[in-house]
Amino acid sequence: MNATLAIENARVLDPASGRDATENIYIADGRIAAIGAAPAGFAAQRTIDARGLVVAPGLVDLCARMREPGSEGALRIEMRAALAGGVTGVVCPPDTEPPLDEPGLVRMLRQRSREAAGARLYPLGAMTAGLGGQALAEMHTLAQVGCVAFCQTAALPDNHNTLLQAMRYARTFDLPIWLHPVDATLVGEGVAGDGPMAARLGLPGIGVAAETVALHTIFELQRAAGTRIHICRLSSAQGVELVRAAKREGLALTADASIHHVHLTDEDIGFYDTNCRLDPPLRTAQDRAAIRRGLLDGTIDALCSDHAPVSLDDKLLPFGEARAGASGLETLLPLTLAWAREEDLGLLQALAVVTRAPAHILGEDTGTLQAGRKADLVIFDPLETWSVQADALLSSGKNSPFVGRSLSGRARYTLVGGEVRFER
Amino acid sequence: MDAGGQLQGGLQLGDDGQLHHLLSTEGLPRPLIERILSTADSFIAVGTREIKSVPLLRGRSVFNLFFENSTRTRTTFEIAAKRLSADVYNLNIAASSTAKGESLLDTIDNLTAMQADIFVVRHAQGGAPYLIARHLAPHVHVVNAGDGRHAHPTQALLDLYTIRHYKGAFAPLSVAIVGDILNSRVARSDIHALLAMGVTDLRAVGPLTLLPAGLEQMGLRVCTRLEDGIAGADVVIMLRLQNERMRGALLPSAQEYFRNYGLTPHALRRAKPDCIVMHPGPMNRGVEIDSAVADGPHSVILPQVSFGIAVRMAALSMVASSQREPAGARNRNLAAT
Repeated sequence: MNATLAIENARVLDPASGRDATENIYIADGRIAAIGAAPAGFAAQRTIDARGLVVAPGLVDLCARMREPGSEGALRIEMRAALAGGVTGVVCPPDTEPPLDEPGLVRMLRQRSREAAGARLYPLGAMTAGLGGQALAEMHTLAQVGCVAFCQTAALPDNHNTLLQAMRYARTFDLPIWLHPVDATLVGEGVAGDGPMAARLGLPGIGVAAETVALHTIFELQRAAGTRIHICRLSSAQGVELVRAAKREGLALTADASIHHVHLTDEDIGFYDTNCRLDPPLRTAQDRAAIRRGLLDGTIDALCSDHAPVSLDDKLLPFGEARAGASGLETLLPLTLAWAREEDLGLLQALAVVTRAPAHILGEDTGTLQAGRKADLVIFDPLETWSVQADALLSSGKNSPFVGRSLSGRARYTLVGGEVRFER
Repeated sequence: MDAGGQLQGGLQLGDDGQLHHLLSTEGLPRPLIERILSTADSFIAVGTREIKSVPLLRGRSVFNLFFENSTRTRTTFEIAAKRLSADVYNLNIAASSTAKGESLLDTIDNLTAMQADIFVVRHAQGGAPYLIARHLAPHVHVVNAGDGRHAHPTQALLDLYTIRHYKGAFAPLSVAIVGDILNSRVARSDIHALLAMGVTDLRAVGPLTLLPAGLEQMGLRVCTRLEDGIAGADVVIMLRLQNERMRGALLPSAQEYFRNYGLTPHALRRAKPDCIVMHPGPMNRGVEIDSAVADGPHSVILPQVSFGIAVRMAALSMVASSQREPAGARNRNLAAT
């Protein structure tokens, strides 16, 4: 495709280079041709006047469930939601039906993603066959067909030796392992963060030890295996502190948290709001504060949406029976901006955790606005205020804990590979 | 970002402050609790008359919707509704619709179409009555007959009634709740109700495996030894110990539990000489309570049962007379919270 595009008079924000200036951006052949002065002989087929708007790298979301395979046609819908949220890259975890544990499934998923023309897809392969926690999945073969890393979703395998061998096998091919720091035996029947709120509501609690015991296990095995590890979804103050210490020690480690854990606490469950049934569970205000501190000092590298579309039927149930997860792709950008306002952060620093940092974790050259790089970007109005309405969300998941809230900042154009794939 | 007015108990109170649903004792204002108790007073006499009914709910339909088996509670609600002249329908849902895959709210819609006025709901999951209450049309009411570990408000109200009957004022009392507080909906409802009535010396007594987090923040003193927990107590509320607790690695055996936490005449000597002993039933004699105490002079366990009917009559008649939409009710989909 030879399309050329000029974006004029935009406030260009690029966390990777620190650029924050009103500029023009010129795009050709899917890449950024120049920022500032037009390249010689550049003729724009389309010009977007972005006066008053921000241009930033497209968001790279380290966890968004497309529900494919498992739910036919879901990927196309969720990709629209990604674009509407200014997200140009999505990491899909392997907790699909069936799990992403064999090459044919990954190829099919990538094919559907190309047809959907949405955000870039980064599939995570299953670390163990069927995510069963017993036999290793064909990690090297899966990597060859496009899996960017290997993940054991939900919880660590019960068998620690399986985890150790998976780490060693992955390191053979320099493949990273992504782990949810959850000890299933300590979760038990739990459905909410253990504490006064769970006690009051009579909900079985999930103690912080479920996270800290898993982190200790991961780090100890990582010391033996030397594998690169990404920690998915920290939820507790103690967990953040353990990651901080492990990074200080020099372990090859990155970590993320979900945007929901930056804004919500267990108090938001109110009287059994099943949209606040999340995995990992919401915890106390102290835990939320620790996650925010971890983001500021770099202990937590990136924020993700942890997007999990759940049908109304699976949420209109008693809290303990409702399916966990929140719809998050379309609120990731405004909630990141809200966090920046609340913490008095500059936009560059705030956007870094949803652009440069996650792209870096993936080893991608996106997540930045520089000449020669892929033109994956979002043009948004940071001041546009909108109310989150369930019916207006493009995702099939209407299960946002923020329904009814007023948020600021909304994507107006989303470009992937220089192509305007979404505009409103 | 907080949950707003719902934490004040908004869903169960009408915009006129009347009791629209009875879901939890949490958030019930003291004057409203007192009104429930005095309404119950007026029904006590009904039970002693030759004709044991009043026509307050004539023509109204009360559906006893028990997703979890309970003969006792269901029966007392049935008696209460019948003494109010309501038409009573007992549905043992555990054995019917949901076994065929029908969802909870589908079941509710079906029964509402049969012109139900009040649902008395018991469910194994905490919060199920809230889900139902949010879903219902404004003229239909819910009385929670026990949801998971969360709440059993009529039990707590009859406990208050019993305590008031024997002890008068609440504020000067020392009250000990003994046993499996972690899994007890009765304990949670008692705690909120007693605190609302001004009890300041409230103790939770049990092994650490049966005590939930956050009791101190709620205003309780946590005691792990029975002797300390009931020392000087005016009221001792014993909780039922389920056999499942031994399977879940929470306790080694019923025998060891009884040796440490079983209420015996000897242990009871630490409490005030005129203390009362309560139990929500059904009792496990020899597990949490010795027969000599259960049948002894301090026991008010059987009067609790009689008071329970009057208190449930009060709850049913009060929710039925609330016509207005609860303040916490918004649109009926999930966005409500």
